[in-house]
Amino acid sequence: MLLDSLVVIIMVMGLVFFTGGAVGIIRMPDFYSRLHPAGKLDTLGIMAMTLGLALYNLHHFSWEALLISLKMILIIFFVFLSSPTATHSIVDAGIRAGLKPWTKQDRRH
Amino acid sequence: MLEFFLAVALYLCFLMLFSLYRGIFGPTVLDRLVGANAIGSKTVVLLLLIGVIYERVGMFIDIALAYAMLNFVAVLAASRYFHKRKGLYEESPE
Repeated sequence: MLLDSLVVIIMVMGLVFFTGGAVGIIRMPDFYSRLHPAGKLDTLGIMAMTLGLALYNLHHFSWEALLISLKMILIIFFVFLSSPTATHSIVDAGIRAGLKPWTKQDRRH
Repeated sequence: MLEFFLAVALYLCFLMLFSLYRGIFGPTVLDRLVGANAIGSKTVVLLLLIGVIYERVGMFIDIALAYAMLNFVAVLAASRYFHKRKGLYEESPE
């Protein structure tokens, strides 16, 4: 029962992060500022929700369940490496293509 | 507990619509890439939830891991392509 409530708390926290990321992608004015919620909040949301599922998976302990939970931790590790790399690569493409950052003067959105 | 996971999965599908809006109407090509990347990162969690709901986590965990890697490689390749080719332009804002 304690484990279940812990899983619910962690997963609701992850959903809050995902909601912030989705709203930020819609509401931010410019391409570079849109990458801020897309890069950070999605990484944190994946971390929280996968951690919650890995805890729930250890509900009935067995070695197979432990292996599956370790694979979920591996997903967290991989996303922590790959998501900042992908975000940096997109920013690099934008700068090389000559996109101008949004300033306060042009209020087009 | 199963109803909770089902509600979380439905809510994640609802959140994907926000990113899909950016993927369709984004002013530049890189905005669409950001939207597709956000959808992919939600799909990893959604695959794990499907595995828990159907009690086949051992199978779906490998699919989720492969999907995360595929998403990463796709975003990396697309962004490299767009800064080699100067086909990236800002469409007229409306």
